[in-house]
Formats: sequence, structure tokens, C-alpha cells
Amino acid sequence: MGATPRPMPRLDADNRAFWTGGADGKLRIMRCQDCGTFLHPPRPVCRHCLSENVAPEAVAGTGTVDTFTVNHQAWYPGLEVPYVIARVALDGAPGVILTSNIVGCPVEEVDIGDRVRVKFERQGDVYLPLFEKIP
Amino acid sequence: MPAPSAYITGVGQSQVGTKLTRHPLLLTVDAVREALAEAGLTVQQIDGVATYPGRMAAYLGYSPVGADDLIDALGIRATWYLGAAEITSQLGAVVAAADAVRAGHARHVICFRTVYEAAALSRPEEYPPVRRATVDGFSQWFAPFNATSASSWVAQYAMRHVKHYGLTREQLAQIAITGRANAVHNPRALVREPLTLDQYMSSRMISTPLCLYDCDRFTDGSTALIVSAGDALDEVTCTPVRIAASAGTVEKYSWDQAEWMASYPTGADLWKHTDYKPADVDTVQLYDGFSFCVITWLEALGFCKVGEGGKFIEGGQRIARDGELPLNTFGGQIGAGRLHGFGFAHEAAVQLKGKGGPRQIPGDPRVAICTSGGGPLATALLLARD
Repeated sequence: MGATPRPMPRLDADNRAFWTGGADGKLRIMRCQDCGTFLHPPRPVCRHCLSENVAPEAVAGTGTVDTFTVNHQAWYPGLEVPYVIARVALDGAPGVILTSNIVGCPVEEVDIGDRVRVKFERQGDVYLPLFEKIP
Repeated sequence: MPAPSAYITGVGQSQVGTKLTRHPLLLTVDAVREALAEAGLTVQQIDGVATYPGRMAAYLGYSPVGADDLIDALGIRATWYLGAAEITSQLGAVVAAADAVRAGHARHVICFRTVYEAAALSRPEEYPPVRRATVDGFSQWFAPFNATSASSWVAQYAMRHVKHYGLTREQLAQIAITGRANAVHNPRALVREPLTLDQYMSSRMISTPLCLYDCDRFTDGSTALIVSAGDALDEVTCTPVRIAASAGTVEKYSWDQAEWMASYPTGADLWKHTDYKPADVDTVQLYDGFSFCVITWLEALGFCKVGEGGKFIEGGQRIARDGELPLNTFGGQIGAGRLHGFGFAHEAAVQLKGKGGPRQIPGDPRVAICTSGGGPLATALLLARD
């Protein structure tokens, strides 16, 4: 799947810290500096206390597969299949789930509850947070 | 004074197919004409229009006709109208229309949904396909991971049922098998051949555990419903069906931040707005853009417990046209075509009016539920014939 050009996010003030954190190896999630709630997708206001005092914070970059699917359909020409799409519940950021791909292992080896670690894939300015299983 | 009521009066539908060449506005007018004729109303009596999601210039196949287009084309003088994507899924437009007639903003509202996705795919010069190199908003959290299809999003919820509750493919198959069996008796259904369990089990995977037959497919056509005020029923010649209750939910619009599909809170909320109970329901028309959505709706509406949806439909007898809870008697979107939400309300009304012809369910159905959505958005309506 690495050879396939992925649609890329357009960077803006809200999402830049998330999509570029991989430059120094950090997965950054927006967090309210007043009440501590993690906010994803990133917004300039806390959904819990409405504070605007929010800032990106590095999290561990590990997590657990909440659920997953093995996609077999080539949605556009050149897309290599099959590949795993998973919801990853992040360690240390309660309530935050990232949709991503589990890479680096055969698709049939992924299961709910698997422990995973972020593995950034760079395309231009963007570092996509993919995940691989922790052996 | 009793609370004002809203009714579905006339219902209509255009031809349904793939790669249709008839103008999408004319398909819409076909559906409207049929609905007007059934209700015994004229265009001059229509004073409201509601549609989902409104004309989408960037994705015309998904929605080629807006409320504006219909109002202009038919010369409707509207005192209330709506064409909105930001509502609790497709049938949210019907809920809004019901509120409008109850509030007195209009007396007869045409609600419609027109889709042209197969036609658009076949005519790329007229309907340029959308594939962007850069994405923002909602899409940025999915497209970079090649998770652009809703099949992959719903599949992940389905996988949890497989792993936690033991949902099997044989159980899930009953949604498509039931829909296709019913579609045989629906002259406007997209696919009018039955589906066997063997065909289902041997079909290719789209996104595990969902195979080809767990997914609806691009369809062209239009559905129209007229929502009328309770004090305007003397103008109508057809059997009216009361919108007895409705519910809708959106919580976390990003699918991946939501713990569960919005069908669950929506189904639970519906019963807070009515004295009817699940046991009173004669038929359910439940959104099956993907088969698994039906499982969630059955559980959400309390027909079975969470996790027991697979067992509930096992073997298919219970949800068959002559079973205890007939499901998607027109074929659902999997059998009848992706008319996108409105087909469920259309069929619920048809069955309660007793106008199902060869697919009419036995007995004298008086109460039906129809739903749309089930991802981060969901709407449910309870219809009753008084």
C-alpha cells in the first residue's frame, strides 16, 4: 500500500500540530489546558468546559485496536488491497480514537485488543500516523 | 385542544434503475406527480418543500435536485421550505416537514430525495467524478488512510458484533436474502431475483465482515412523500398515515470518535415520544445502506437486546413478509436500490395504506417504523393508521 498515493490533508491552524508531529516523532493531540480534556478532531475550543486555552500535547503514541476491518475493495485504480483499517484507542488520551491503518503484518494477524504503536509515514509536510503491532 | 398532528398523505416514486437518461428533475417530477395524484391534491395546494441534502454542486450524482429547483420548476408558492444536509440523516427532512405543518407554517409539504449516482458515474463528462488530492474537514480523518467508503466505517462496528457477540455471516446474510426475496414482488425494485445463501457466502468481500451483498449500490430515481397538516386532511382523498413519533440524533459527527452508531440513542429515544410499544409494531422498514445497520436498528429499537440482533434474524423466518416482524418489504436498499432513506418511509406508508399489492403483508397493519442513517446520524419515525 505504500506505493499508492494517498489523498492528503490540507494543513490549517487547527490540524497542523497533528499532521506534522511526526517530524520529531511525536503524536500530538489537542488538549484543554484548563480541564485536561483531549480534543480530537482538534478544535480551538474545549467541548467539555468551553475554554479556548487549548494546545497540542504529545501522547505516548501507543494504543489498542478498538475494532478493525480488512478492506478488499480497490476504491480507485492503483490502490493495493487488502489492507487493514482500524480504530485505535490512544493510551493516555481518554476518549480519543484515530482511524488509521495497521501496517507491518499480514492482514489476518490483526484483532480487536491488539496493542499497537504509531509509525509515521511521511508525504511532503505531512506525517501520517499509521500503526504497527507491538510484538 | 389536542396537539396538532402531521400525516403522510400521498406517496410517489419515479422509475428506478441504473444509468437512467431521464433528467433528474423530471424523475423528481414523476415522483411528485404520483404523490399528488394519490393524495388528490394539485400543485397549487402545495405550500412547502423539504429535501435532503439539497442540490450538491460538487457531487451532483448524490443530489442533483434541490428544493429550489422543484419550487421553480413547478411554480410552487412555498411558505416554508428546507434543503439541508446538516440534519439527522435523510428522513430528518420528513421530521422537519412534520414540525412545520404542526406549527402551521405550511399545510401540504412535498418531501423528496432524488439520487442519480449510477447515471453520473456513466456520464463522467457531464458529472465529473470527485477524487481530490487534498482533503479537509471530515474527510481528512479517513481519506489519508484509504478509508473513504462508509462500508469500511460500518464494517468496523459490524466486526465488534462478530468478535463480541458472535454475529455470523449466515445471520447477516438474512438481511440481503430477505430484501431480495421481497424485491421480487416490487415492480420498481432494482434487482428482482432472489438471492441464495450460497450466492451470499461465496460473494467477494468488500470490507470484512461485509461482502458485496451487504452493501447497497448506486441507483437513479426519486421518491416523494406529501406531509400534510391534520387540519388539512379534508382536502385529501387517500388514506392518511399519522406521524405518531419521531427521533433523531447527532452527537459526534466524526464517525471514529463515536463509541457506537447513532441508531442506538435514536431508537431508544423514539419510545419516549409515544405510548406505542415494540410489540405494537406490524412492520419495520430499516435503513440497510449496509446490512449491519439493520442489526443495530433492531437492537436499538428494543426488538431484541444489544448483541442479539444476529440471533433475532437467524433463519429469516421472523423478518419474512409473513413473519412476526416483516422487514424491508419493498426490498430495502440492497434489493430495491439506494434511494437513500426515503424508500423506507415510502414503503412504511404503502403498507399501512394496504397498497402493497403482491408484497402487501398479511393482516391489517396499523403501526410501522421507518428509519434512515445509523452512522453518526440517525432518524426514526413511527407511523400509525388511526
